[in-house]
Amino acid sequence: MSWEVVIGLEIHAQLATQSKIFSGASTAFGAEPNTQACAVDLGLPGVLPVMNAAAVEMAVKFALATDAEIGRTSVFARKNYFYPDLPKGYQISQMALPIVGEGKVAVMQSDGTEKVVGLTRAHLEEDAGKSVHDQFSDATGIDLNRAGTPLLEIVSEPDMRSSAEAVAYARQIHSLVRYIDICDGNMQEGSFRCDANVSIRQKGDTELGTRTEIKNVNSFRFLERAIEFEIERQIDVVEGGGTVVQETRLYDADKDETRSMRSKEEANDYRYFPDPDLPPLIVEESFIDSVRQGMPELPQARRTRFVESLGLPAADAAALTVDRQTADFFEATLDESFKPRLAANWMTGELFARMNKEDVSLDAVPVTAEQVKGMLIRMQDGTISAKTGKQVFDELWNGAASADAVIADKGLKQISDTGAIEAMVDEVLAANPGQVEEYRGGKDKLMSFFVGQVMRASKGKANPAQLNDLLKKKLEG
Amino acid sequence: MALTTDEVRSIAHLARIGLDEARLSELATDLSTVLELVEQMNSVDTTGVEPMAHPGSSGLRLRADAVTEENRREALQAPAPSAEDGYFLVPRVIE
Repeated sequence: MSWEVVIGLEIHAQLATQSKIFSGASTAFGAEPNTQACAVDLGLPGVLPVMNAAAVEMAVKFALATDAEIGRTSVFARKNYFYPDLPKGYQISQMALPIVGEGKVAVMQSDGTEKVVGLTRAHLEEDAGKSVHDQFSDATGIDLNRAGTPLLEIVSEPDMRSSAEAVAYARQIHSLVRYIDICDGNMQEGSFRCDANVSIRQKGDTELGTRTEIKNVNSFRFLERAIEFEIERQIDVVEGGGTVVQETRLYDADKDETRSMRSKEEANDYRYFPDPDLPPLIVEESFIDSVRQGMPELPQARRTRFVESLGLPAADAAALTVDRQTADFFEATLDESFKPRLAANWMTGELFARMNKEDVSLDAVPVTAEQVKGMLIRMQDGTISAKTGKQVFDELWNGAASADAVIADKGLKQISDTGAIEAMVDEVLAANPGQVEEYRGGKDKLMSFFVGQVMRASKGKANPAQLNDLLKKKLEG
Repeated sequence: MALTTDEVRSIAHLARIGLDEARLSELATDLSTVLELVEQMNSVDTTGVEPMAHPGSSGLRLRADAVTEENRREALQAPAPSAEDGYFLVPRVIE
């Protein structure tokens, strides 16, 4: 039997505000337990929520970036359930009227093609606190620092047809929220969390199969594996004559399996109703306009510009727009004296390789874009060769002030004086009469031997193009 | 619309309210009366009337995104039945 997989994702992105969605407590990660949990976050009697303007702005930014409808009047609702890390007994969320309506996002697939994934909605809500189960022998510890952190829950249409497509979509959203600066995207710290709704149906069916929801996935790799496991499990169930039960399943990375999470099932009646503490959120046209003004260039537009105006190959443009920081760094290295391609090659080659080797991200790279630019200028004007560039880059990485300083200190200035190079070539040829004989007898491969010898004589500083020309002329002449 | 005793039991469970079995049918009758009142309101023709979640016409007031709260953990944990190492302690929750 041939099965089709149907996947939709719910992504919770913590919004990068300073304070919480309904209180003035800090949202900074990693503080001592309960030191950033105020009376509002604790749900003490008599407190009232007051909405954070930045959270509204960030939701509108997301809507603009995904070509989505903006709910001009959206309503906060109470989602009622009991759990110790939810002190009020309800989570303030949005149900019937979310702030972001239908939208879409173009997702770059691994084969380079684009697939448009529909967005059902995105709504604002508050995060819950954290329960600690392993620190106390006979009790559960509750830390409410996270309680009240603003979340944007982004719900996709069931448009994905494989785990790879689901991961590509999740990565796209991850890149987008960082690009527009509304979420730091840190998955280890839980700033960006994915739940996957997975179902299977026979190829050709139009009705959706019964879905299960996978929770607790904190990396893209685990997301892919969890979905893969769940697809196999559902196929086994159905082919074994059973039926898939609609339920929430937890992914266990250690065992690489999903497990039924029975506890949540019976409580799945959240009895939503409008929160009487919060009047409707009205988003005026003027507010949207001001947000639009502050929008950065979106990754897709930037990628297109890199190809069309800067003349970069599509693959380089994609690699350099993977996040805003990388694209900003690249653009800061550009100079009128050289083609953007030189900088692109340098970044995608040398810089990325070095970052991989040292296992650091761009913000930890000790070399600034300004320093790279200085080095590229010297490569373009012939002061140094590409090979010497590597050495200069290495010095910059290890703390040198500028390419010019390295070139001066280490005497790396390329020798482009034809007379000087010619003298070295003559010397090398005179010292190796046997090889000269062989070369002239047809052993072309010896060319690299001569190049190497002259380079060594020049301590690597001979201009390679001039050196090649001169050698050829002398050997053949 | 009349509620069954099973539905009342389920509502009570969702709200974590402990109820004597003996009171279930009495409560089912009471709650059904409330629902009947709502039914009556449902019969009003509201064609063309915007749904209203809140009375009053003013929209939600927004505050600037600034940290205005300080750490008051000690005071806030003082009334808690149990706290240790900065955490509120609750009976063990088994996942």
